[in-house]
Amino acid sequence: MDIVANELSKVYKIPKRKAGIMNGLKSMVHREYEEIVALNKVSFEIGKGELVGYIGPNGAGKSTSIKILSGILTPDSGECKVLDKIPYKDRINYVKNIGVVFGQRTQLWWDLPVIDSFELLKDIYKIRFGDYVKMKKELIKWLNLESFINTPVRQLSLGQKMRCELAASLLHSPSILFLDEPTIGLDAISKLAVREFIKKLNKERGVTVILTTHDMDDIETLCDRVIVIGKGEILSDGSLKSLRNRVSNERRLILDFEQGKNTFSIEGATLVREEKNRLIIDFNPDIITPANLITALSTKYKIKDILIENPPIEEVIAQLYEELKI
Amino acid sequence: MKAYLSIIKIRFNLLLQYRIAAFAGIVTQFFFGIIRVMVFYGFYSSTTGSVPIDYKVAISYIWLGQAMLGMIPWNGDSEIQDLIRTGNVTYELVRPMNLYNYWLARAFALRAAPTFLKSIPLFIIALLLPKEYRMELPPNILSVIGWIVTTFGALMISCTITNIINITTLYSISGDGIQRLLSAIVTLFSGMIVPLPLFPDRLKQILSYLPFSGLVDIPARFFTGKIIFNQLPKYFSFQIIWAILLYGLGQWILNRKLKDLIVQGG
Repeated sequence: MDIVANELSKVYKIPKRKAGIMNGLKSMVHREYEEIVALNKVSFEIGKGELVGYIGPNGAGKSTSIKILSGILTPDSGECKVLDKIPYKDRINYVKNIGVVFGQRTQLWWDLPVIDSFELLKDIYKIRFGDYVKMKKELIKWLNLESFINTPVRQLSLGQKMRCELAASLLHSPSILFLDEPTIGLDAISKLAVREFIKKLNKERGVTVILTTHDMDDIETLCDRVIVIGKGEILSDGSLKSLRNRVSNERRLILDFEQGKNTFSIEGATLVREEKNRLIIDFNPDIITPANLITALSTKYKIKDILIENPPIEEVIAQLYEELKI
Repeated sequence: MKAYLSIIKIRFNLLLQYRIAAFAGIVTQFFFGIIRVMVFYGFYSSTTGSVPIDYKVAISYIWLGQAMLGMIPWNGDSEIQDLIRTGNVTYELVRPMNLYNYWLARAFALRAAPTFLKSIPLFIIALLLPKEYRMELPPNILSVIGWIVTTFGALMISCTITNIINITTLYSISGDGIQRLLSAIVTLFSGMIVPLPLFPDRLKQILSYLPFSGLVDIPARFFTGKIIFNQLPKYFSFQIIWAILLYGLGQWILNRKLKDLIVQGG
């Protein structure tokens, strides 16, 4: 096992201040604290070479977990071992083996060309010259950085910068990569490039990847396994398929028709939306098979086209959050 | 070690880019210097009592303080303070190196680079002024050596104090408070504003034990020949002992903070 988290808990104490001058003065003498439970006995194990999505709504404890796993934060109780080391106890020795990308932060030197930041990281991580040259060349090729590697970071677009951030955190060939919202704010093309790269890294290099994100396409295209966290607790851990089944096993049928009646009543199927000459229907295959559904529909509509798909993961997650009231 | 050298190199390069800032600095420092020199001119020409150091020495002392102003630890490294405020400091924590030493290397560049850039033109200007306002060259080569060695000592004290300012930002987030407090203490007690030999005797004695005297006063007194060369080991070890103490103190408060550090936000 690459990562073993055992009942990790973390509580933040946040000073409370009510509005108004009187309360402001009061808080100078007596401070009240509010306790916020960021993590409550979180346990999981992640094996070598896995690509795991770690998702949850804002404030669920995703970043806190990543910070503990990368050695930045010490948990209040519980223990975790990553690559047989306790991250926050042996930070300096431990971080050599991991790469971290925080999507909302930057590790590149703002005023300097990208390549200068790379050179500095080479010295910081004591990467052997030969290894560095090889890895740099590969990352430049994979992430397509050639055209802006000599440009100062401040002049790069968000997408270009994120690709450089990814490269920067991989120069020292870590065996685990933590990605905290790596696609945040990126346009569609950059997102695709980043996803493609993460996939390749995982498949070809066997790098273990833990990915937090709000972008369900990231999860859908990348992750075999999804851990859902909410209010500091693990709510679900398993494959994407089992997550779907857990919420509902409904599937979705999209029907384009030329003409037909506008009444809809079929047992086991519900109309989600009706657009011009298009019906979007969710149905439960245990009650009505797709074949029967289509037969039933064809008596009422002149069908032009039919598409059956799984409900989008966003909706599954939204439903899950709602069910669990997080 | 190589990593620290690279950091110093990269910061040095960056800071040397700020040529306009350096020029502006030279102009301000020159004007502050000339005002102070004129004040002293007034004092010295109206005094009748005995003076601890004569006028020429006082003037050289002031010019030296102005030329080496960049070395005075009156603020923190604004880049590090920004890292702390924005939370980008998280990235500093996933690097396999001692954070204190990493920041100390940056403090070294912060103190050395602008001083290097600004001191030489200021020295030239101060040496070319009319006779009454002019800086005098050191009396002999030994004074120069003493000055160079103690300037290095001053740099060590300066870097360790700078780093303490950096670290306190982790506690207060803004860092403004300690910065203002320290800049007042440092400029006054180092001899930047009034040369320490002109302070009242009691205070002088206390100040000579504090690290701030190692920043301006000791190098300036070597430069002007007020401390003779064979005293160098004593004064230099005074500086180094303070630097080591401040180094230990900085490490200690940083490590204490790192244990319960919280980086807020996603």
